[in-house]
Amino acid sequence: MHELAITESVVDAVTERLPDARITCVRLEIGALSGVVADSVRFCFDLVTEGTNLEGARLEITETAGQCHCKVCSQDFEPDGPIAICPCGSIEVKVVAGQELKISSVQVA
Amino acid sequence: MCATCGCSGTAVVRLFPADWAGHIDDRPRHEHAHRVAGHDHDHEHHDHGPGQHDHDHDRDHRNGAERILRLAEEPDERTVRLEQKVLAKNDRLAELNRDWLRQRGVLAINLMSSPGAGKTTLLERTARELAGKVSIVVIEGDQAAALDATRIRAAGCKVVQINTGAGCHLDAEMVAQGLRALDPPGGSVVMIENVGNLVCPSLFDLGEQARVVLASVTEGDDKPLKYPHMFRRADLIIVSKTDLLPYVDFDSRRHASDVRKTSPDALMLQVSAATGAGMQEWYDWLRRRILPPED
Repeated sequence: MHELAITESVVDAVTERLPDARITCVRLEIGALSGVVADSVRFCFDLVTEGTNLEGARLEITETAGQCHCKVCSQDFEPDGPIAICPCGSIEVKVVAGQELKISSVQVA
Repeated sequence: MCATCGCSGTAVVRLFPADWAGHIDDRPRHEHAHRVAGHDHDHEHHDHGPGQHDHDHDRDHRNGAERILRLAEEPDERTVRLEQKVLAKNDRLAELNRDWLRQRGVLAINLMSSPGAGKTTLLERTARELAGKVSIVVIEGDQAAALDATRIRAAGCKVVQINTGAGCHLDAEMVAQGLRALDPPGGSVVMIENVGNLVCPSLFDLGEQARVVLASVTEGDDKPLKYPHMFRRADLIIVSKTDLLPYVDFDSRRHASDVRKTSPDALMLQVSAATGAGMQEWYDWLRRRILPPED
């Protein structure tokens, strides 16, 4: 359940950057290959923000798709699940997108 | 609450020198060390969660419904772009650890696996067989107890035990404290035995130069496909307890093929720390990475 840890890090990062602001919305970007489950972050958010300047804030998560590049046939493809196998059958692939775990912006009252 | 992992426990770092003969003191003790040999770590204490931070705010603690109504009415909200990695703080601390290790000429290995895969047994044999040839110190990560530190100390290594409390992984700040307590000499190896867990430790950079994942034959051959994030970021995958292969249902070819699907570039070794089979390859891999101490 590292999503609790992740959510805690979000709150910590925002309060560090904007210690005196009342936050009304937090926008996150979570990649499909980041190893973090967006629904679990949503589940933890209210619990973790309680008593902080993020309490009551809306949480908006953009889930970005994974993108891989095949070293054998040179095509880019979106992996089906966390295991990246190219449609050509090759497993010699490089993950180029989908590992993001980022706070994009916040809304301040 | 821990700032990095959100766990409710407080990480405790305890140092057991290799020649220490006393009994293990299990009383919790908290060290307020936040510097690795002079490197200032610009961060707040990990024991202070956001809920405990001092911040002035003029809002009262309304109930949820009132609050939502009020927010909807507020016309002058503004957007602040942060574009910041969620784990930026941990990554920053990990880079400080990495720089410090590089400057000292110390190799740090992040050793990860599920509980009971044989990390401590591998380290015990490694410490005994490389004694006098390679200087090894150990950071032990467990939720509780100092059982592994006791074993490692008996094998002749200087060791710190980090108890993460409810936490499920080590983070860069805990390792910074461990490094400070161990004070590893140039040319040595710091083995960081992470909390036994195939999920959470994979996300947290500790400042290590290499990640080693143990997969024991007793766990079954399906782990690479079930825990791909852990295997994807490994530099070396050690298949452990190979002496038990005749007694367990473990298809080595299928396992190797599945490892390749998650981690095409990682090296694989088959090792039995019980019989010693494959240990020489592990030592060779390790020795190729030991850094020369810098001036």
